[in-house]
Amino acid sequence: MNIHEYQAKDIFRAAGLPVPPGGVATTVEAALALARQHGLPVMVKAQVLAGGRGKAGGVKFCKTEDDVRTHAGNILGMDIKGHTVRKVLVTPAETIAAEFYLGMLVDRASRRVLLMASAEGGVEIEKVAVEKPEAILKHAIDPRFGLLDHEAMAVALRLDPDVKRARQLADAMQKLYKAFLAADASLAEINPFIFTDQGAGKAIDAKINLDDNALFRHPDFAALRDLDEENPSERLAREADLSFVKLDGNVGCLVNGAGLAMATMDLVQYYGGRPANFLDIGGSSNPDKVVNALRIILGDPNVEVILFNIFGGITRCDDVARGIIAATERMTIGVPIVVRLTGTNEAEARELLKKTDLVPAATMDEAVQKALELAGK
Amino acid sequence: MAIFCTRETKILIQGITGRDGSFHAKSMLGYGTNIVAGVTPGRGGQTFEGKVPVFDTVKDAVAATGAEASVIFVPPAGAAGAVFEAADAGCKLVVCITEGVPTLDMVKVMPYLAERGVRLIGPNCPGFINPGQQAKLGIMPTNIVAPGPVGLISRSGTLTYEVVDALTRAGLGQTTCLGIGGDPVIGTNFMDALQAFHADPETQALVMIGEIGGDAEERAADFVKANMKIPVVSFIAGRTAPPGKRMGHAGAIVSGGAGTAAEKKKALESAGIPVADRPADVVPLLQQIWKR
Repeated sequence: MNIHEYQAKDIFRAAGLPVPPGGVATTVEAALALARQHGLPVMVKAQVLAGGRGKAGGVKFCKTEDDVRTHAGNILGMDIKGHTVRKVLVTPAETIAAEFYLGMLVDRASRRVLLMASAEGGVEIEKVAVEKPEAILKHAIDPRFGLLDHEAMAVALRLDPDVKRARQLADAMQKLYKAFLAADASLAEINPFIFTDQGAGKAIDAKINLDDNALFRHPDFAALRDLDEENPSERLAREADLSFVKLDGNVGCLVNGAGLAMATMDLVQYYGGRPANFLDIGGSSNPDKVVNALRIILGDPNVEVILFNIFGGITRCDDVARGIIAATERMTIGVPIVVRLTGTNEAEARELLKKTDLVPAATMDEAVQKALELAGK
Repeated sequence: MAIFCTRETKILIQGITGRDGSFHAKSMLGYGTNIVAGVTPGRGGQTFEGKVPVFDTVKDAVAATGAEASVIFVPPAGAAGAVFEAADAGCKLVVCITEGVPTLDMVKVMPYLAERGVRLIGPNCPGFINPGQQAKLGIMPTNIVAPGPVGLISRSGTLTYEVVDALTRAGLGQTTCLGIGGDPVIGTNFMDALQAFHADPETQALVMIGEIGGDAEERAADFVKANMKIPVVSFIAGRTAPPGKRMGHAGAIVSGGAGTAAEKKKALESAGIPVADRPADVVPLLQQIWKR
């Protein structure tokens, strides 16, 4: 789950990181009130779950109240990479003497939390990683001991030889690690961490991605989910406990298993079609789950055909077929359905399908080709 | 003789009386797997299916039966704890089937396992099956496998079954079919599995099924190029996955433009590993390059 900058800043503040004050506004008037409260000049920053906000014109420096009116007015309602801006963060503008990148993520290769730090702050770190990889310092943190003082200081001194500033950087890294663990994050970034003209270190931007698998032990994070940012069909799928991603094609896909679901989408494209979605229905043949999945997929008016691709494995195919038939009898579908079932009791499953309007297929390839023939008819 | 275990390896199951654990334990027993014990706290003294003794702790189970490996069917909140317990009790092989384990729990487990020389497979994986040894440590369907010379490594479940089924139908049996799991932090990765297959004289060809996210396939490609003489073919799922979206598996995500199917295909092909366009092409591709 991804959260907004202002929410990430609350988490960082709670961990003791030096985060400047600020407030969130949904109207120009509220933005003005916040600017008066915190004192001009301020930054007005779009709060959307997308990167590249600055480039898109969603982050503006405001010297006067007129600036706040103009910029907040422009930014609220602005579209950034398909996300509509509904909130802005208003925060005092800082003077910047130096800026750094501090980040942490779970590193697959070392199987540890990896600290990444760079003196190339304030720019896209992915870009630095490609163009100037040597400018990013890395340290894999031993989970038994955490980020030790001397480890943090060694990285900090390479970023900035000034010992006063290095101490602040090292302290920020250690607090970032604590915040990362406490939130069960998968990514946490301060970009940039700045020093003001007076030498005060401040985290003026913040990003946290949370580990979906750990949300069960953070019930308070449910309130951080921005339902406006979620695609309506993806929200329904999440509530029905289905793994679903909306795409823009016309072939609705229901598959058991994530790898097979991806391979099915790829095969649709291989034969010249376009998948409407990714959906992992899991091992269950429960008709309720199938009904929920069909409702979500059919909510997309682009869908012209439905493709079930089920590799039975231990699940019995005749059970799955009964589940699909029961589900389709409970609702109006309006588009053809192709069903591919392989595995235990597949012959019985095909017998059951013969008595319905569902189109049976023996292999993945046959199923995809049949689905594409039926699309648009 | 396949990898990781033989028909003699003594296996216990953590969570054997749970819904998933009992279902799959029956299937494992039915296949002939040498299951010597089950563990469920509070159920010590009971017997599973009339033949497998159940213990309260892994330590008790190991002391009474000499179990060497554990298969874990424990809900996500307790899965890491179960791995710690198995390692502490002396199991040298731990297969964690559980899906949805918090990633940082696994980060915490890793050094504990390394210190004790324990191999972890998973989490969020189907485990593995050694058809020539009648040993199944996990949830793979047994009716689609057959003994033979092909090794298989995969990050997914049902997609693996699809390819295993095609291998068996083509008369190509398997030494070991291994699902390493779809999470970002896993115990045995592609590279570790390749090294194990490399050391197994019975494995004469290899299939690698990868997917988007991370760079495990790229690093595996380097290893194959540098070390392996046997034919290796591959398939990568997720060419059509949009960037920044998690495709079911927690680890299947293209982030910051890295971990794409195209990059992986390129790395594999430049290491001399052909990459199939469709799952159905994997077996013909293997037959094409395999001079027997």
